[in-house]
Amino acid sequence: MKLLVCIKQVPDMESKFKVNAAGNWYEETDLAWRMNEYDEYAVEQAVQLKQQVGEADLTVLCIGSDRVKETMKKALAMGCDRGAHIADDASHLKDPYTIASLIAAYAKDKDFDLIFTGMQSQDRGSGQVGVLVAEMLGIPSLTTLVEFSYADGTINAKRELEGGIKAKVSCTTPALVTCQLGLNTPRYPTLPNIMKAKKKELISTPVDDLNPQPSLLEVLQVAPPEKKGGGLILEGDPADLADQLIQILKEKTTALA
Amino acid sequence: MKTLLVAEYRDGKILASSSELINFAAQLGAESAMVLVGSETTLPHYQGKLYLADSTKIGEFNPSQHKQLILEVIEKEQPSMVVLPHSSYGWDLAPRIALALKAAQISEVVEIKDGHLVVPSCNAKLRRRVKATTNISVVTLQGGAFTPAEDPDGTPEVIKVEVAADGDIQFAGYEEAETGGVDLSKADIIVSAGRGIGKPENLAMIENLAKALKGEYGASRPVVDAEWADPSRQVGTTGQTVTPKLYVACGISGAIQHLAGMKKSEFVLAINTDKDAPIGEIADVLAVADLKQLVPILTEKLNAL
Ligand SMILES: Cc1cc2nc3c(=O)[nH]c(=O)nc-3n(C[C@H](O)[C@H](O)[C@H](O)COP(=O)(O)OP(=O)(O)OC[C@H]3O[C@@H](n4cnc5c(N)ncnc54)[C@H](O)[C@@H]3O)c2cc1C
Ligand SMILES: Nc1ncnc2c1ncn2[C@@H]1O[C@H](COP(=O)(O)O)[C@@H](O)[C@H]1O
Repeated sequence: MKLLVCIKQVPDMESKFKVNAAGNWYEETDLAWRMNEYDEYAVEQAVQLKQQVGEADLTVLCIGSDRVKETMKKALAMGCDRGAHIADDASHLKDPYTIASLIAAYAKDKDFDLIFTGMQSQDRGSGQVGVLVAEMLGIPSLTTLVEFSYADGTINAKRELEGGIKAKVSCTTPALVTCQLGLNTPRYPTLPNIMKAKKKELISTPVDDLNPQPSLLEVLQVAPPEKKGGGLILEGDPADLADQLIQILKEKTTALA
Repeated sequence: MKTLLVAEYRDGKILASSSELINFAAQLGAESAMVLVGSETTLPHYQGKLYLADSTKIGEFNPSQHKQLILEVIEKEQPSMVVLPHSSYGWDLAPRIALALKAAQISEVVEIKDGHLVVPSCNAKLRRRVKATTNISVVTLQGGAFTPAEDPDGTPEVIKVEVAADGDIQFAGYEEAETGGVDLSKADIIVSAGRGIGKPENLAMIENLAKALKGEYGASRPVVDAEWADPSRQVGTTGQTVTPKLYVACGISGAIQHLAGMKKSEFVLAINTDKDAPIGEIADVLAVADLKQLVPILTEKLNAL
């Protein structure tokens, strides 16, 4: 079975974000980078499937600068077999359509039985790339999965809908699935697996080899949201803070009445 | 400018997001038509053309059928924008329509500013103003961002449409939300634990603070997903909607799906190490502190009152 999982490297969302000089994205220096959370579920599910079927080859793909190889190594240490790095220093300026066109161009004649993506990237949050790739390849896609099982060429899954309701869906492979929070618990790579991952294949391909399609979106401005004011921000020693908070709760709420 | 609004329908009911679509079109000052897979017995309040496909024939959401239907209506109406909710329905369907039209998709619009659409990035810490370079675009709206002040009025002019039943995805029914456990919707005081608690043992701290305030404890989704707390404790779009007099958010960043469940609280106190955490946008007070230090001291002082 041939499997592909697409991952993106994103900044830690607890970072302080500054708008870059060009005004079209955030400043990339001084950020801590990690695997997009949703993609961790995708990698975990792909690795579990590989272990289930035994005979499988799992490729992890990531588009980005050389920096993203660090995150790809984590996926290799989690159990992916090989890495396909699409080298692109300007990937952050490409819209979901262009990113999807690159993944589809890579996957086109490789006959993957199953492709895993996250449901959305934490920094861009468009939630488009997975479904676009499937549509470009002409294969079915099941989205926002919180449960996944595979047997004999059929995927049975549960999609998460609003209000805690789930929809049971199925399709046959080849197919693509997008992974949602709660699908599984991603494993931590063990030290021996981290060592093994260093020897795994990780090939970089220049982005232009995959004939990127032009973006359909233009970014006019990036800015922090306007502060609505209102809220009081308190800082300082925890004991003092606790006293201030109690005072506020007494004055502003009925909680301590 | 003309928009085609794609209303969402589930299990015999049109969803409330349809009024947000109508309000969005009104805010844009755009003409609109609507398409719905639904039933003549529960039509939306809407003044305009409604292309209606019978859900008793089509059944529940099936991506290829809905895609085909919407593309046919687009062919008839020639809109320059197709609008869907940014929900499990829109996430699934919008990119399919966008690619078929080779249209730009703008996801999770929160605001219209100077005629341009604004979307959030990085857990709402940044906002981007974006523009489609294609003649037609597909847009999804963040839930709650375009809720109208008053429910829309009117009776639609129904135009029946049909679509061949087919597709490569099978739907095998719904699984209802688990019920039982605590009913947070009745609690006056809720103290919630987020991923910032770091490890399951620290949940006790949150429970103790809730007890000291004579309230219940709640949790964000990652805490529930990790099985540190019971699913009935989850606050947010896929959990409970709560309206307590006091909501204390401990180590919760304030993602839109969490806010949707608690933003109607009367008073919100947030405890977070990150001064820029989006929870600060709606909190009455943000205490910038490590919850592991502040929560126990606060609990102790409250117990001593
Ligand atoms: C379809 C869908 C539905 C969803 N439904 C829900 C839902 O119903 N409810 C829900 O909650 N989420 C839901 N989510 C998930 C949501 O998007 C966020 O991922 C989630 O709310 C984040 O939880 P969190 O704030 O606890 O964690 P994080 O976003 O990881 O935030 C942790 C916070 O803790 C702070 N912190 C870290 N350490 C400390 C410390 N020592 N002291 C104080 N603060 C600290 C950090 O600064 C950070 O702000 C949904 C997502 C999707 C896509
Ligand atoms: N640069 C990238 N490289 C590889 N996969 C990506 C990239 N960007 C997005 N993806 C995949 O597409 C999913 C959805 O991303 P998005 O449409 O940006 O929200 C992510 O969870 C990834 O699985």
